[in-house]
Amino acid sequence: MTTVDVGRPAGRQDGVSGWSMRTIIGVVVAIFVLFFVIPIVWLLLATTKSAHALIIENPFQPGSIGDLAANWKQLFDFQDGAVTSWVGNSALYAVGALIITLVASIPAGYAMALTEFRFRRLLLVLTLIVMLIPNTALVLPIFLELNVVGLIGNPLSVILPMSFFPFGVYLTYIYFSTSVPRDLLAAARLDGCTEFQVFARVALPLAAPIVALVAFFSFVQNWNNFFLPFVMLPSSDGYPVQVGLTSLLASTPAFNPSSAGAQSVQLPTLALATVISVLPVLIVFLFAQRFLVAGMTAGGTKE
Amino acid sequence: MSYGFVAPYTALVVAFGVLPALYAVFLAFTDNEGGFAGIANFTKVVSDFRFLPAVAHVALYLVIWLVALVVLVSFLAVVVHAVRVRWLSRTLRFVFYLPGALAGASSVLLWLFVLDPTASPVSGLLHMLGFSSFVQVIVPANLPPVFAIIAFWTGAGGWIVIMYGALNNISPDVIEAARIDGATVVQIARRIQLPMLRKWISYMGIMSLAAGTQLFVEPQLLSQASNAIVPNDYSLNQLAYQYAFQQNDFNGAAAISLLLLVIALALSAVFVTRGGLFEKD
Repeated sequence: MTTVDVGRPAGRQDGVSGWSMRTIIGVVVAIFVLFFVIPIVWLLLATTKSAHALIIENPFQPGSIGDLAANWKQLFDFQDGAVTSWVGNSALYAVGALIITLVASIPAGYAMALTEFRFRRLLLVLTLIVMLIPNTALVLPIFLELNVVGLIGNPLSVILPMSFFPFGVYLTYIYFSTSVPRDLLAAARLDGCTEFQVFARVALPLAAPIVALVAFFSFVQNWNNFFLPFVMLPSSDGYPVQVGLTSLLASTPAFNPSSAGAQSVQLPTLALATVISVLPVLIVFLFAQRFLVAGMTAGGTKE
Repeated sequence: MSYGFVAPYTALVVAFGVLPALYAVFLAFTDNEGGFAGIANFTKVVSDFRFLPAVAHVALYLVIWLVALVVLVSFLAVVVHAVRVRWLSRTLRFVFYLPGALAGASSVLLWLFVLDPTASPVSGLLHMLGFSSFVQVIVPANLPPVFAIIAFWTGAGGWIVIMYGALNNISPDVIEAARIDGATVVQIARRIQLPMLRKWISYMGIMSLAAGTQLFVEPQLLSQASNAIVPNDYSLNQLAYQYAFQQNDFNGAAAISLLLLVIALALSAVFVTRGGLFEKD
C-alpha cells in the first residue's frame, strides 16, 4: 500500500481550537478501536477460562491452559465428536466449491476479456447483474429448484451453488482485459499454438495473482456461508461448522435454559467453538488485507 | 473454442442464476397444483399479519445501519488517512479490518456474549444503560440497533480500508495547494476528500442496502438463543423460510423471495447503469 505523506506538520496556525479538535477526534477514534478490538480479545481470553471464572472474574484476566484443555475436551466430546465432522464438512464444501469456481471462472473471465464470441456481451451483463445480487437472495429459489431434482441433503446441493461465483469471473475479466495485451496472444497463435495452448501456456501463467485473489474471496465466502447450508442440509451430520454452531447454541443453558442436561455446553466452550469456526478465515485474513482492497477496488480505480 | 472456455461457467449461471429466478417466478404465479394463480400468492403474503412488521423491522435496521456506515466509515477513513505516523495508520486499518473475518453465525455468537450482561466484557456499560439480563437487552425494540451494531462491527473495516485506498488516489498536490490557501483539515475533508469519495460511498451504500434486505442469520440465531422472545419471523427472509418449511407453501415462499429478488435486481441494475463504476466495455 502506498502511504502518501502529505506532510509537513500542519496545524501551527490552528492554535488552541485545532488542538482540542484533535483531542476530540483522537478520543473518538480510540473508542472505535476499543469497539473493534474488545470483542475479539475477550473472545480469545474466554476460551481459557472455566464457566465459573468467566462470570465472576475480571473479563480481561486470562484463564489457564488447563481450563482451555477442559473446554477443548468438552467441545470435541459434544455429540460424539460432531464438531470434528462439521469442520471437515466445512473444509469439503469450501474447498470443493473453490476448485470448481476456479475451473469455471478463470477460463470464462479469460474468454470474455480476450476472445470474441456471440453472446459475449450478454454473458458479461448477466455476470455484472448477478454479481451485485446478494448471494442469499437466490437461496430459497435454488432450494425449490434442487428440491425438484432431489438433491436436497446431498453435499452437491451446497457445493454447486457456491461454485457459482460471478464476482470471480468479473475479477478475472478485469484482470485479463487490463493487464494482458492481445498482441501477446496473437503472437502465440502465429507460432502455431492452439486456442487451448494459448490459454494454458501464455495467459494462465500470467494470471497467478488473480487466481489467488479469486481463491481468497471464494474460500472466505464459502466458509462463512450460513443460509445456503442451513436450508439445503437438514441433517446434523452434513452441517458445516457455521451451521453446527446453532446446535451448540441450542445446547447452551445460558442462552437456552431448557437445554440443561448431560450434553449441555458451557459458555467458554461456546466461545472456543466460535474461535474454531473462524480460525481458517482469520488466518487467511491476516495475510490478505492487500487482496481485499485489490479485489473490491478492481475496475473502480479508473478516474 | 471460446465456447469451451465459458461453457462450465455458463452452465453455472443458468443453473444457479437464471433457472432458479425463473422457477421462482413460475411458483409465485401458480398455486400448489400448478394452475395459474395470478397475483393471489402476493396478496396472500402481503396481507399476512407478519409481513408488514417484517418489512418495518428490516427497514428500520437498514436506516440505522446505512446512516452509521456512511457517516462513520467516511469519518474513520479520513481520520486514518490523516494519521502521519505510518505504523499507527497501518495498525488502525488492521484493527478495523480484522473483525471482517468473523462473518455470519460466528459474529452473531460473539455478540451474544458481548450483549449478555452476566458474561460480557462490557457488562459495566450494559448495567449503566439499565440492562441487567440478556433478555432485557434483546427486547424487540432494541433489535434494529443491535443488528446494525453487529453488521457495522463485521463490515465497516473492509470499507474503511477501501476508502483509505481511494483517498490515497487523491493527488497530494491538490491537498497541499488547499493547505497553502489556508484550508483547515476539516475544510479539506469536506470540500475535497468527501466529494472524491462519493462514488465509493454510493457503491458501499447500494451493496449494503441490497445485502441488508436479506437479513436472516442474526434474527434466526437470536430467536434460538432467546427462547423465541425474538420471533422466528422477524425478517422477510425468515418469513419466506417459514412459508417454505413450516407451512410447506412453496408458492408463498417464492412470492416473498421474488419480492426480495426484484429489490436486489433493481438496486444492482441502477448501479450498473448509473453508478459509473463499471464503465469498462
